[in-house]
Amino acid sequence: MENFNIFIRSIFVDNMIFAYFLGMCSFLAVSKNVKTALGLGAAVTFMLVISLPINYLLENYVLRAGALKWLGPEYADVDLSFLSLIMFIAVIASLTQFVEMAVEKFSPALYSSLGIFLPLIAVNCAILGGSLFMQQRDFPSVWTACCAGAGWGLGWLIAIVAIAAIRERLQEYSNIPKPLRGVGITFIITGLMGIAFMSFLGIKI
Amino acid sequence: MATNNKNLSALINPLSKDNPVIVQILGICSCLAVTAKLEPAFVMGISVIAVLAFSNVIISLLRKTIPTNIRIIVQLVVVAGLVVIVDQLLKAYQYDVSKQLSVFIGLIITNCILMGRLEAFAMGNKPWPSFLDGIGNGIGYAIILIIVAFFRELLGSGTIWGLQVIPQSWYEHGYANNGLMILPPMALIVVACIIWVHRIYNKDLQE
Repeated sequence: MENFNIFIRSIFVDNMIFAYFLGMCSFLAVSKNVKTALGLGAAVTFMLVISLPINYLLENYVLRAGALKWLGPEYADVDLSFLSLIMFIAVIASLTQFVEMAVEKFSPALYSSLGIFLPLIAVNCAILGGSLFMQQRDFPSVWTACCAGAGWGLGWLIAIVAIAAIRERLQEYSNIPKPLRGVGITFIITGLMGIAFMSFLGIKI
Repeated sequence: MATNNKNLSALINPLSKDNPVIVQILGICSCLAVTAKLEPAFVMGISVIAVLAFSNVIISLLRKTIPTNIRIIVQLVVVAGLVVIVDQLLKAYQYDVSKQLSVFIGLIITNCILMGRLEAFAMGNKPWPSFLDGIGNGIGYAIILIIVAFFRELLGSGTIWGLQVIPQSWYEHGYANNGLMILPPMALIVVACIIWVHRIYNKDLQE
């Protein structure tokens, strides 16, 4: 139940885009149409679900102060937490490369539709941000980390699909002042959607 | 002379015409999150300038030896190493600011400005121009950060750098701070206004 609450919280209350503004660059660059937005959203969700538990285990059994106790009592006061940034990004970058190779081998169709986005994911701040928030919040178990990852990923997916749908309509039906076209208006829409998503802030679950 | 001009434009262009935030649309995330107050925005700007300049130089020195297949990992490791240094320095000398910036110092690693400049410039240029390019883009980023933070702090809390600038008598006559400016969504709208004004004067950027 606890885990389910965290899952729902991560989708709406702690939404990566509208509450923390993470993963904004690819969010703005790849939201021109719904289909590619859906592909990138799926890839990000997938990476968050895999990388968060791995980084959780790494954090709790290798990096944090006293985490190396299982090696023997003489390691009990080793603190490697200053290495966490490098370890997390290395895990994410190598996972990205690995996932890219696996997808290419087993599902060429998916690979050609995701192709260009997969390498982009390594530098998507939402993924590293997820791991850093996980570190900050001290999740109780690896399942919690998994659920939070799934929630953040889905929240990101919802956000990018929504904005892509709005942008598709905007191109056809609206008359925007010239200097504001393209990026400018997308920023404003994202801001307004962020204000709308703030209404979830009051919900306690 | 020609090389001098090229170096100069590597330094000057990112300030306005080729600004990383409002033209190349890179590094938006941190730009929105740390700009509620001027001081963290300033520290963030300095950190990014330092990391960007040095990672550009290092990657530029290594550019002939990095195999293309694993270049993303190499770039990320170089950047991560530099960010860890900055993070530890801030914790040691500017502890309060580093608490306010929380995860966003760590997120410099995935700041797209870094990857973008490393890929687009440092991989194909000599160390000195790369250094200038890093400084230029870092300053371009910091300028936007400071403009956004200035307006948000002025309108949102009535202060600049923590000092009150809106006179007390205004509050007594019914002036109120705009609480919305503190919240992150308004950062997006402020950036959109900057883009709007910038594109009015730079017609070739309009879509």
